Amino acid sequence: MVPLNWYLMLSAAVFSIGVFGFLTRRNIIIMFMSVELMLNAVNISLVAFSHYLQDLRGQVLVFFIVTVAAAEAAIGLAIIIALFRNKATAHVDDMNEMKG
Amino acid sequence: METNGMGFPILSTLIFLPVAGAVLLLLIPRSKEALIKAVALCVSILAFVISLPLFTAFNKATHAMQFVERQAWIPAWNITYFLGLDGISILFVLLSTLVTILSILISWESIKNKIKEFYISILILEGAMIGVFCALDFFLFYIFWEAMLIPMYLLIGVWGGPNRVYAAIKFFLYTLVGSVLMLVGIIVLYFHAGRTFDILDLATRTYPYQMQLWLFWAFFAAFAVKVPMFPVHTWLPDAHTEAPTAGSVILAAVLIKMGAYGFLRFSMPLFPEAARAMTPVMLTLSVIAIIYGAVICLAQTDLKRLIAYSSVSHMGFVTLGIFALNTQGLEGGILQMINHGIVTGALFLSVGVIYDRTHTRQIADYGGVASVMPVYSSLFIVFTLASIGLPSTNGFIGEFLILLGGFTANQLAGVLAATGIIIGAGYMLWLYQRVFFMETNAKVTGLADVNMRELVTLLPMVILVFWIGIYPDTFLGFMHESVRHLIERVNTGGAPGASAIAKTVTEILQ
Amino acid sequence: MNYYLLIPFLPLAAFLINILFGKSLLKENAHWVAILAVAGSWVISVATLIDVTGGKTLNQDLYTWVSSGGFKASVGFLIDPLTAVMLIVVTTCSTLIHIYSTGYMHGDNGYYRFFSYLSLFTFCMLMLVMANNFLQLYFGWEGVGLCSYFLIGYYFNKKSASDAGKKAFIVNRFGDFGFGIGIFMIFLTFGNIYYEPVFSQAGAFATKTVNFLGYDVHLMTLIALLLFCGSIGKSAQMPLHVWLPDAMEGPTPVSALIHAATMVTAGVFLVARCSPIFSLSETALMVVALTGAITSLFAATIGLVQNDLKRIIAYSTVSQLGYMFLACGVGAYTAGVFHLYTHAFFKALLFLCAGSVMHAMSGELDIQKMGGLKKHMPVTYATMLIASFSIAGVPGLAGFFSKDEILWLAYSGPSPVGKFVWLIGTFVAFLTAFYSFRLIFLTFHGTFRGTHEQEHHLHESPKSMTIPLMLLCIGAIASGWVGIPPLLHGGAHFTEFMKPVLGHPEGHGTHAEEWMVMAISVAVGLSGIGLAWFMYVKRRDIPVKLAEQFSGFHKILFNKYYVDELYSLIIVRPTIWIAKNVLIGVTDARIIEAIVNGVPAAIGGFSRQLRKVQTGFLHHYAIIMAAGALIIMGLMLMRSW
Repeated sequence: MVPLNWYLMLSAAVFSIGVFGFLTRRNIIIMFMSVELMLNAVNISLVAFSHYLQDLRGQVLVFFIVTVAAAEAAIGLAIIIALFRNKATAHVDDMNEMKG
Repeated sequence: METNGMGFPILSTLIFLPVAGAVLLLLIPRSKEALIKAVALCVSILAFVISLPLFTAFNKATHAMQFVERQAWIPAWNITYFLGLDGISILFVLLSTLVTILSILISWESIKNKIKEFYISILILEGAMIGVFCALDFFLFYIFWEAMLIPMYLLIGVWGGPNRVYAAIKFFLYTLVGSVLMLVGIIVLYFHAGRTFDILDLATRTYPYQMQLWLFWAFFAAFAVKVPMFPVHTWLPDAHTEAPTAGSVILAAVLIKMGAYGFLRFSMPLFPEAARAMTPVMLTLSVIAIIYGAVICLAQTDLKRLIAYSSVSHMGFVTLGIFALNTQGLEGGILQMINHGIVTGALFLSVGVIYDRTHTRQIADYGGVASVMPVYSSLFIVFTLASIGLPSTNGFIGEFLILLGGFTANQLAGVLAATGIIIGAGYMLWLYQRVFFMETNAKVTGLADVNMRELVTLLPMVILVFWIGIYPDTFLGFMHESVRHLIERVNTGGAPGASAIAKTVTEILQ
Repeated sequence: MNYYLLIPFLPLAAFLINILFGKSLLKENAHWVAILAVAGSWVISVATLIDVTGGKTLNQDLYTWVSSGGFKASVGFLIDPLTAVMLIVVTTCSTLIHIYSTGYMHGDNGYYRFFSYLSLFTFCMLMLVMANNFLQLYFGWEGVGLCSYFLIGYYFNKKSASDAGKKAFIVNRFGDFGFGIGIFMIFLTFGNIYYEPVFSQAGAFATKTVNFLGYDVHLMTLIALLLFCGSIGKSAQMPLHVWLPDAMEGPTPVSALIHAATMVTAGVFLVARCSPIFSLSETALMVVALTGAITSLFAATIGLVQNDLKRIIAYSTVSQLGYMFLACGVGAYTAGVFHLYTHAFFKALLFLCAGSVMHAMSGELDIQKMGGLKKHMPVTYATMLIASFSIAGVPGLAGFFSKDEILWLAYSGPSPVGKFVWLIGTFVAFLTAFYSFRLIFLTFHGTFRGTHEQEHHLHESPKSMTIPLMLLCIGAIASGWVGIPPLLHGGAHFTEFMKPVLGHPEGHGTHAEEWMVMAISVAVGLSGIGLAWFMYVKRRDIPVKLAEQFSGFHKILFNKYYVDELYSLIIVRPTIWIAKNVLIGVTDARIIEAIVNGVPAAIGGFSRQLRKVQTGFLHHYAIIMAAGALIIMGLMLMRSW
């Protein structure tokens, strides 16, 4: 039996990779993938806890997250495509319309 | 629900009839301009007619609230829908309904764009104004108080002169800053008194002196801006100058009365000790306003701006009378509020009449109007004379009582304020001379005299000027009991042993 | 109701009819309404006088005008000998001047307007003299001031006329300022503003002092002087005399009615009416006497060198009003009122004659351009001559009796300044005679000095104008006969009639002294006339030489001691300068507006800085978010430890 801690460490590692990727990369697609990594890191820990505590609610939550992530991916990618069409770039530094 | 003795909720009708009228206007297609105007006029006349029974059915022998309507509204917070009138507020309701008719009439031809929205604003404004004077629940009062701001803001900002946006925002911010402080005050009172917004109930309690002082100043912020007292008066000239005629008229006649009304209805009965303690400050500010406003008028070159500054001076008289804290001062002050509404309202109406013809407000562009428009000149001189307080016009009665009261309360204040009357004669007659006398300016030759509509607009004001001037008892009679009650409260409210400043002049004599 | 009430309300009705329908209906017939009304008032006034002589008085309230707390004032009427005399003066002059105006104002396009103002004036003046309380007095007081404003500025297209009207009103306001405060003091003292209780209780306060603006002052002196402020303004005494000469911009009948016979004497009436108060304060009486004396001297000296026909008479009015105050100030209220009453006739007559001359001269007013008019206008000449004799104090005429009464009581009365003001009064009598006859000689004698066109146009005025002149002339001759002193075997009826209201000081002097005073006043009057004849008929070169010799003094006199210029320099201009440069320029614009506009600007500036944090770069937000998350995690970890 794999101990719970291992799962959690995996989850933390994946999450950190996601955070690091989100903060350091400038390509919007890669940043988007990093966000997905973070989401899935959370999923891993949820499943792990669910199994550990023998409580199905954690798994149910994961399904929700997967669904939401799917929707988010669809919309997010659509936005990215729209942006790319307008700006002809996927570099986030070029997208500073919201600057104060 | 309590009954009001009228058989129907007259105050609610008065408040919501104009609002309903505004809704009705919404339904009329914007192309039917004549219909829009007619409906607006009819609604305002109807409101006036409905308000007339107040005048006749009012029981002058009591200070109690009359025509009371009371209904739980938001029970969870103990908020009630509570309306009523007493001798202090009743005349303002009548003034509001009358002035609305006149403002609609005077705008008949001068407003050409967004007609529908214009009349909707005016009607909603009317409802809110009446609401302010009737409300006896703080929550309800505050709603009306703020609701009034929006249509006025639109009137100035949309239909105003070239610099209208600046003036409108200035007006809005000035008033809002004051009102927010008042809101804080209201909330403090609410919790201190054990969760009630009932103004009448609140006005019978005793509050710690320190708290009274803080709250007095919080309320002062709201009311002083509205009056406007020196030094928070600078929004008024801009607002008046930029506002369309109807806006100036309503502003002068009713809106700026709410500040002084607030002092009477809230500051004094709620915080009697603080009011007494702050009397010297208030008298000083009033005297400064009187002289300051009057002297500034001497250097004005713009008709509306001059009248606006004269309002600062005249409202200084009102606050002087109110804070003289004696019968003559208070009654004079209240009467002078009405007078100022009539006279300054009429002056703005008159300026509107000639502005419609010449489209200039510069005094230098006029001259010799008396030979071109004799009837108009006669009407204008009546208002001019009322403004400088000539006996037999309403201005005299008010100013005399105020000065008598003020002099009794503080000789120096009375004497200094009386100089305002000299300067007042100076700037008004000089204005009249430059506009109506001397050689006829080329810009005014061939102007048509007042037409029927304009005559009908100005005539009620002329009648009121003389009515109050010659037989003021009709109006003073409403106040006696309420003022007596108010003075009693200011005198005896608060901790025992506090110095009793407020009394009638005869009491001082004995 | 009493028929006396019709006296003021008839003219009011005429005013309303004329102002409402004059333009559209009455037009050229506007004068009928006005004349009928004022003549009606006159008839009732005469009836009233007869009633009052029979001992009847009236004190009746019509209705409560203002009532607030303990303060009450009504529209009410008091009829006593003083009122009755004033009623006669006002309605007689008013009626005659109304009639005169039909000729004088004929063809003016504001005909109905003129008559409606006259009616309104008459109404206000009657309300003033009939009042039984101070507030109604104040109503009439301001009301006549208003009519004066309208009528001075009657030719409103002329800048000078509208300026003069405005000036009159505002200068009067300065006086009314004190008057108003006087009323407040009366109310605070007596708790009442009705004459009857006030005057009857005044004695109780005779020695009381009161704190006024931080100073302890004698109560009755204070009240009397405050009331006197009003008199100074209305009766054009120093230092508020400046409006009256300018008021001559109005049509001449107006000058006669308002600025000679009636309104300007309201100040004297006020002092006489309040004599119970004034009599309690020696200081106040002294101030009144000295003000009157100095003003009469001051105005008479100016009158010596003016060339404007009406202005000379105006300065003469100021001077004569000073005379009346002089009388009141030495306690001789009856003499003051007596002079008021005779003066009304001869001064109104002088003005109307001046109007008649103007009529003939097509509006010319410069007496240097006249001369030799007596053959063209005999009636005007004769009446004006009699009026001038009367004002110069030629024995037998009205002015003689009243002036003599004043001088005698000043000389013999108890007043500490009595002798001094008598001296001034006598000297002024000389000056008065001189300038009055300078006017006569320059206007009517010698040769005509105007243009040919004017000379061709010279004519006597129409009947409607000359008949009032003749009627007034009777007054100028005979009105003094009711007050012939016992010394001349007269009954002094006037004094006896007035005694119940005004009291009367007994002169302390011998018959010889009385003869002497009379002789001196007659002598100076005659020598004034003689000197005028010598300088302006016999030796016409002397005045020019004198003016050259004393050019500095002449200039000062000619420019009326530069009082107008002084006021402009110390009051009018600084006030406007302060308004423009201090109040608007600094307080409003630099201080209040700086704060009002500054606070939003500061908030805006701050937010403009703060906005820079919002870079728009996604990773900046991300880093801040991550850093925030880390800090929160760190804090939580720290707490759990």
